[in-house]
Amino acid sequence: MSDLTLSSTTSSSNVRARRGFGRVVFYLTIFVMCLMLILPVIAFFINAFAFRWFYPQFVPNEWSLQAWERLRLIPRAGDRSLEGFISLWASVPDVVSALGLSLFIGAVVTGFSIIIGLPAARALGLYRFRGKRIIEFMVITPTIVPPIAFSLGLNINFIRWDLALEAAGFPLDLSGSIIGVSIVHLVPVMPYVVLTLSGVFANYNPDFEAQARSLGAGPVRIFWDVTLPAILPGLFVAALFAFLVSWSQYLLTFLIGQGRVITLPMLLFAAAGSGNNAVIAALSLIFIAPAILILLVASRFLSGESSAVGGFGRV
Amino acid sequence: MTHLAIRGLTKRFSGQTEAAVADLNLEIESGSLVALLGPSGCGKTTTMKMVAGLLEPTAGDILFDEKSIINIAPERRGAVMVFQNYLLFPYMTIAQNVGYGLKIRKVDRAIIDQRVSEILEMVRLPGIESRRPSELSGGQQQRVALARALVVEPRLLLLDEPLSNLDAHLRFELRDLIRDIQQKMGITTVFVTHDQEEAVVLADKVALILDGRLRQYADADVFYKRPADEATARFFGGQNFISGTSANGTFEAALGSLKLPSDAPEGTGILTFRPENVRIGAAADGENTLQAKLTDKIFLGTQTRLKLAVGDDIITAIANPNDVEGYLVDQEVPLSLPPATLWVLTK
Repeated sequence: MSDLTLSSTTSSSNVRARRGFGRVVFYLTIFVMCLMLILPVIAFFINAFAFRWFYPQFVPNEWSLQAWERLRLIPRAGDRSLEGFISLWASVPDVVSALGLSLFIGAVVTGFSIIIGLPAARALGLYRFRGKRIIEFMVITPTIVPPIAFSLGLNINFIRWDLALEAAGFPLDLSGSIIGVSIVHLVPVMPYVVLTLSGVFANYNPDFEAQARSLGAGPVRIFWDVTLPAILPGLFVAALFAFLVSWSQYLLTFLIGQGRVITLPMLLFAAAGSGNNAVIAALSLIFIAPAILILLVASRFLSGESSAVGGFGRV
Repeated sequence: MTHLAIRGLTKRFSGQTEAAVADLNLEIESGSLVALLGPSGCGKTTTMKMVAGLLEPTAGDILFDEKSIINIAPERRGAVMVFQNYLLFPYMTIAQNVGYGLKIRKVDRAIIDQRVSEILEMVRLPGIESRRPSELSGGQQQRVALARALVVEPRLLLLDEPLSNLDAHLRFELRDLIRDIQQKMGITTVFVTHDQEEAVVLADKVALILDGRLRQYADADVFYKRPADEATARFFGGQNFISGTSANGTFEAALGSLKLPSDAPEGTGILTFRPENVRIGAAADGENTLQAKLTDKIFLGTQTRLKLAVGDDIITAIANPNDVEGYLVDQEVPLSLPPATLWVLTK
């Protein structure tokens, strides 16, 4: 009943806002926002398929696939047959392997960040304890400290540990390896995961777990049957943040990967120096594609009142 | 059918000097319905959570059928607790909620469906299997929560304030339902309540807990006739407490000598009697008759509350409005205190 009255008042106030001058401002704001988001993407699209695009032209006079040919994603004009595509892609173009590596590192970092972040977020969201504020502050420090400050020191330590491990008979490389890069990606990722999930747990009623326990459920069952369904929307949002933060890392990958771990941003930055607008635009399109795809899928969880919520609430 | 024994149970939360539950001893007969009664914060829910295994006791032991269960995980104790706010899993249907305990116990799907239907019929909610908790009223949710606990045939059923979130008429209905099902299934049941009337009406025996300590554990009527101490008597609405000495079946006090029941304790103590047992005016006859002055008279609808002064003592009485219609404030009124209704507290 109260829900009904609430929604009817909000919709009537929306109607009021869409009258007269307010209505013009409302649609103008939406239009400008869409323009700011979409216009650069359109520019990328045009650039990626333009042969040359110079100042007075509104659209390029000549179109071409030369950027995609240079990235070895599309065969040259003569061999655009199925065989041509197969033989080109069979050699695994750099862009494809970089894309694959970025996806792989993103997935690994997301998985580990959730595993590490979930218990921390639960403790921060549910319990009050001495030193909580200090811990909360420590969790967000990676967003304050510049990455270069800790990554240089971390790399020196990684190299030391690598030497020590090798001496001990475990040749495991952290520096210049996918493992090392994944570990260092966790640094900027963790604050987002912990903060998002602790918000979820602040709204979570642990009595549901006690109830399931009392009915005979063991700890593992409780996690799958009670905790997980309650935090799933928030977990999804946290995973999304984790993936996107990892996906967009350049500096950390560069420093710890030592040029041996080639993710998509590494290619993008290398191309940016080359000055070939078409190649930069094509790479940028590939770079933002997963982000846009994920956002489209996740819009359900990110919109309105369901954003980053979950946890049943306290009834 | 499980006999529950609580021995020396103590819970002290960290950072608190006072124990939430202090040295509690309680024997609950197999198949009986017992109320843990007390004001909020007295430790009754803490006690219940310790029995369910959801809280660890600081000291003491809990025994089911004379076997200690203190080291048994809560999910294996077979003591199912129904929380005050129902806690139905919102993303499950009613059938999934009710069948949850059976699913954990790996019962066959077809049998689960059948048992769920039976138990929903028992709580008088047939045919709501496919609905969601959010579609139900509070009373219906409470009954589903009860069904979810009953379906696993627990050794012990623990109900935390089962009626306190409900409207008055629903409360009566559910009270009868709980009593009915408990009798039918014979499950040893403990429920927590702050409402003495609820405890008295529903329970076979009542355990009154004040400040984490068990004050009295007895049949409901004993709390009215033979309260253990002044706090117990006050919790049950006692208002008359007169100091004096009990000896040889009489109580000597400033207001005179009063005859006591034969089993009244002896020694210095406090005389107590219930306001509704004071006989006034024409009804005042026989033993223990006193002359009093009416100092206050409050009409309460079906009852009239009177304040009567006998010397320096004030006696509170509750009478039928018709019986005391003629008496005015400051008037002399005869009253009598039937010996059987008197009791002496010697602590």
